[in-house]
Amino acid sequence: MSAAEHTPAEAASGPIIRIEHLGKWYGRFQALKDVNLAIARKERIVICGPSGSGKSTLIRCINKLEDYQEGTIVVDGVTLDENVKNIEHIRREVGMVFQQFNLFPHLTILQNLTLAPVWVRKMPRKEAEALAMRYLERVQIAEQAGKFPGQLSGGQQQRVAIARSLCMNPKIMLFDEPTSALDPEMIKEVLEVMAGLAREGMTMLVVTHEMGFAREIADRIVFMDKGEIVEQAPPKEFFANPKSERTKLFLSQILGR
Amino acid sequence: MAIEMTGPATMAAPAGAPRDVIGWLRENLFSSPLNSVLTLISFGLIVLVVPPLVRWGILNAVWTGGLERCKAVQGTGACWIFIAEKYRLILFGLYPFKEQWRPLLMTVVLIALLAASMNRAFWRPWLGLAWLLGYLAMGILMWGGIFGLAFEDTDKWGGLPLTLILSVNAIAFSFPLAIALALGRRSDLPVIRMICTGFIELVRGVPLISVLFMASLMIPLFLPAGVDINKLLRAQAGIILFTGAYVAEVIRGGLQALPKGQIEAADSLGLGYWQKTGFVVLPQALSLVIPPMVNSFIATFKDTSLVIIIGLFDLFGSARLAANDPAWRPFYVEGLLFVALIYFVSCFSLARYSRYVERLARQGDQR
Repeated sequence: MSAAEHTPAEAASGPIIRIEHLGKWYGRFQALKDVNLAIARKERIVICGPSGSGKSTLIRCINKLEDYQEGTIVVDGVTLDENVKNIEHIRREVGMVFQQFNLFPHLTILQNLTLAPVWVRKMPRKEAEALAMRYLERVQIAEQAGKFPGQLSGGQQQRVAIARSLCMNPKIMLFDEPTSALDPEMIKEVLEVMAGLAREGMTMLVVTHEMGFAREIADRIVFMDKGEIVEQAPPKEFFANPKSERTKLFLSQILGR
Repeated sequence: MAIEMTGPATMAAPAGAPRDVIGWLRENLFSSPLNSVLTLISFGLIVLVVPPLVRWGILNAVWTGGLERCKAVQGTGACWIFIAEKYRLILFGLYPFKEQWRPLLMTVVLIALLAASMNRAFWRPWLGLAWLLGYLAMGILMWGGIFGLAFEDTDKWGGLPLTLILSVNAIAFSFPLAIALALGRRSDLPVIRMICTGFIELVRGVPLISVLFMASLMIPLFLPAGVDINKLLRAQAGIILFTGAYVAEVIRGGLQALPKGQIEAADSLGLGYWQKTGFVVLPQALSLVIPPMVNSFIATFKDTSLVIIIGLFDLFGSARLAANDPAWRPFYVEGLLFVALIYFVSCFSLARYSRYVERLARQGDQR
């Protein structure tokens, strides 16, 4: 299937991401076991679980930062396979925010934001800069546009990273532990930006340990352990009424109760 | 160390305090037993070496006059008139004496272009055009054959112009080759990876001398009769390939030092391979390896002197040529010192310039 070709029915109404029987191995270690997950448009999913449970690996499979050996992933009607065109198409539509920000240190903030729109979307530079400034204002950091990433605090860098992804006008945003590398006082400013995004109807997959954020924002919480999805439920039910022992253990550890 | 004289002292002394000589000495030269010993040893060496050098090089040296005066001081004083006598031969080799304004002019053009290229303000498209025209002009000057200039074949080229031609071309052409080899060695395509790895290891595994010998002696054996590739061109190609293999490994070091997250970020934004490589990977990887890269280029600049073994007389070679004159033979050391000075000035300029480029490249890196 070519990159631009969508299955019309599915593109309109079906899940925007469909993951079926996903399996991944690192050598003989199985990192993901028969993962099945369908995400609807505008749905906000928080994925949690103990470290090493495969939650980061799972979302990194969605834009093929990780290879997988079994199963299929379909993003917005395009099947993620070995076809480079399909991979690049999906990456254009899927934004990603990393734990370590991964801003380009040799470029200014503004250049970080305009690089992909100009070269991938072929947007005129002036237009890309205007777009970048709009997003920088939105994450309240416009006055830093001329600086380099190294001159910004962690929280500011992560907000720039979110703005950089948004400049590509993605349909889906993936967040891989976006606040885990931040000092406590900076976590809030990043979570606020993410909450704003959620209110606007962005489809989001968030790997995080911030249970307060999950409770407030998520439509559904997915709990993973040992490479499997153990349990998924809306936040209220998930916190009040966890079904599996593993979930209960995890919640007791992370919430201290 | 005893030689470290700046920095700590100025920092330690309170601002505006009068300089205390004893205190300064104690702090900088005798701060510990080891430092005291090193200071004394250094001082001893200076006393041992400097006065004889000054006597030979300045006090007893012959600055004017003729060969007889040099003969009189032979062994005790330097004969600097050797350089005055032979500088045209040292600087321009066997290029016809009357036509030596041509290589001189070429050298001026080349140095002017280099100087302009070093300045960031001139990094504009027209600089590329200037180089193109410059190459054309330099070619016409050196070869001649048109505009009433007599034709001079490359086997007459020599001296400083030849050294500059060989090393500027070596650096300019080996750099892109090295980037291609370094990227190729990390390619996902096994064939490209094997070719690049094989080339690098093969060329790196033999001395430059043997590369030059091969270029000069073996390549003609493989060529069909009647086909002849110019000897200078063959030597130049050999030096470019050799330098390329070395610098490729330096660049690969920079590629490996790049955090994986940078590539993932570029991937996740949908940048293609060449965009990712050109905008994210190479700018960071290259700026990381400026010091070792310049190190390689400085080595290349000096290694061009090896072309003497295939009968090309570069700066070093023509200095040896000058010393072949039986009358002046005893004074070849002076000639070599003169040549060494030119090499030093060139290499030192290159090193200083690399510091400037490093500063430019690091401007964003305040992690």
